[in-house]
Amino acid sequence: MTAGLVAAPSAVDDVARGRVRRAVRWRAVVTVLAVLVVLTYVLTLMVGRTFYPPGDVVRVVLGQDVPGASFTVGRLRLPRATLAVVAGLSFGLAGVTFQTMLRNPLASPDVIGISTGASAAAAVAIVLLGLGGTAVSVFAIVAGLVVAVLIYLLAYKDGGAGTRFILIGIGMAAMLHSVIAYVLSRASQWDYQEALRWLSGSLNGVTWDRTVPALVVLVVLGPVLLTQTRALEAIQLGDDTASALGVRVERTRLLAMVAAVGVLAFATAACGPIAFVAFLAGPIAARVVGPNGSLLLPAALVGALLVLVADLCGQFAFGTRFPVGVVTGVLGAPYLIYLIVRSNRVGGSL
Amino acid sequence: MTLDHALTADALTLGYGERTVIDGLDLVVPPGRITAIVGANACGKSTLLRSMSRLLAPRSGQVLLDGKAVHRMPAKELARTLGLLPQSPIAPEGITVSDLVGRGRHPHQKLLARWSREDDEAVAEALAATQTAELADRSVDELSGGQRQRVWIALALAQRTDVLLLDEPTTFLDVSHQIDVLDLLTTLNHTRGTTIVMVLHDLNLAARYADHLIALAAGRLHAAGPPEQVLTPQTVQAVFGLSSEIITDPVSGKPLMVPRGRHHDLARQDLARQDLARQDLAREDPVREDLVPEEPAREAMEREVGVGRLS
Repeated sequence: MTAGLVAAPSAVDDVARGRVRRAVRWRAVVTVLAVLVVLTYVLTLMVGRTFYPPGDVVRVVLGQDVPGASFTVGRLRLPRATLAVVAGLSFGLAGVTFQTMLRNPLASPDVIGISTGASAAAAVAIVLLGLGGTAVSVFAIVAGLVVAVLIYLLAYKDGGAGTRFILIGIGMAAMLHSVIAYVLSRASQWDYQEALRWLSGSLNGVTWDRTVPALVVLVVLGPVLLTQTRALEAIQLGDDTASALGVRVERTRLLAMVAAVGVLAFATAACGPIAFVAFLAGPIAARVVGPNGSLLLPAALVGALLVLVADLCGQFAFGTRFPVGVVTGVLGAPYLIYLIVRSNRVGGSL
Repeated sequence: MTLDHALTADALTLGYGERTVIDGLDLVVPPGRITAIVGANACGKSTLLRSMSRLLAPRSGQVLLDGKAVHRMPAKELARTLGLLPQSPIAPEGITVSDLVGRGRHPHQKLLARWSREDDEAVAEALAATQTAELADRSVDELSGGQRQRVWIALALAQRTDVLLLDEPTTFLDVSHQIDVLDLLTTLNHTRGTTIVMVLHDLNLAARYADHLIALAAGRLHAAGPPEQVLTPQTVQAVFGLSSEIITDPVSGKPLMVPRGRHHDLARQDLARQDLARQDLAREDPVREDLVPEEPAREAMEREVGVGRLS
């Protein structure tokens, strides 16, 4: 090989052009996703037993008094739709963070039991301990972190995550599901809605006091996660490569894990672990964005879109109203099976 | 030419868990030269390289870069001077060549800073040097092993470090790609003065391409110096437990190690043939036990030639 070591200016321009082209595509995809989220959000506010035109909805959102709409849209639909967006963003962001950090699409917090842990803790706090508000969220986040750390310690072997991590996580999720089932069986009154919320996630009966904490935490921790984008992308190349690139791998992983579990747990405390949103958002975003840039923001937007659309379908597409988690579960389960089948075919390396 | 950096190890002891892998090693890497670390499997070559790039904290002693302990330097600062290509880096699914190589710019980028012209130049240069510019938009998954290894080297080049460590950069490559990669590293060293330290499996390629050989045996430094001094039958025997002869490589003029092995040594073949004939005879006629030598000539000969540790 007798290559010269200095690149011609035209070659530099080629590189710059390719980079700009990718950045433009990435921005276009993010813009389209954001517009879709806003449109679906507004649509969610419009439809229901009574239909309100966009004008009314916008006026209510801006705080003006519109007879009828102010109560239905402002009190009933707005907190619900807002939580749908907040939870979707939170699940999407947390999911893709885990998937990137652990280099595995199966390593999503809702597959490996972290969401289930947060959900079980919230159920214990509410049903058994009679707690409410922030205390529930604190319970959820602590449990989420404990589960994450526990899986990490149990799976830790030469610093490797891989299949062990996933399998231990799936076992953990099964165990925590039984905790939820136990808690629900001890509830003084059997509440079907409550049960569905902790088992597969539901947006029914959402009020502002549940939505606001999740929103605040997302606003604080979301940007923290986004600043870790480049470090996480370096970790994707392997811990050694990342470290050689000047990334402090363990510190980045810890920071990303705490922040991701934080947004995830607060959203889970509000609406339960909406099934498979965290798991699906990253791979769908990867499909849409292609090899053009970071997946964190697109995955968050895909998450929001998933929850909004699934909630609309759950409410109006069928004769009966289904909670949102049932709809996302129907979408997610086949994909989970597909991933496992594919990984077995490639040689079981997941 | 780049600034010369002094990379040294000072009474370095490394290990995993209970096991000590490197024991009190002192080492000087000659700046601006190519150094190859050689040794038998599990002698601590890769462990040493990992510690030099601070992937592994020393039990005692230290690795110094320009007099500063690498394990106490800020991560990004170190990564701007010293790069590492690990043995098995991971390419995320679907990643393109230019994206992968661009990630080499990480230590030069501030938290939220945008890409600079310098970043583009570094990437273009890395692609040109490794002849991967025409692959820039391809997905890394689709590349051949040789192409892929060149892309990984491009990633390390985009980092623009004056010192580059490589852990077995030629593993899994066929012989022509091995030469490609080593020629590329030599060009890099000659044109930019990049200090290169690599772990190599192939003793002859190491002797050919390195200015400086470091031979490790059981976690200790056995010999270090120019290949002509280090690569001797005695070193090969001590480091690999292999009997060999050293001749001069007719192409490069560097030392070339020729292993003896058990079967193809012309000087031993007569002896071995007699030995085999006697054993065959004994097998055909078990009554004639007197023909079975108490100590087979073969073993005696092996002891004399010094290949006893071969098996």
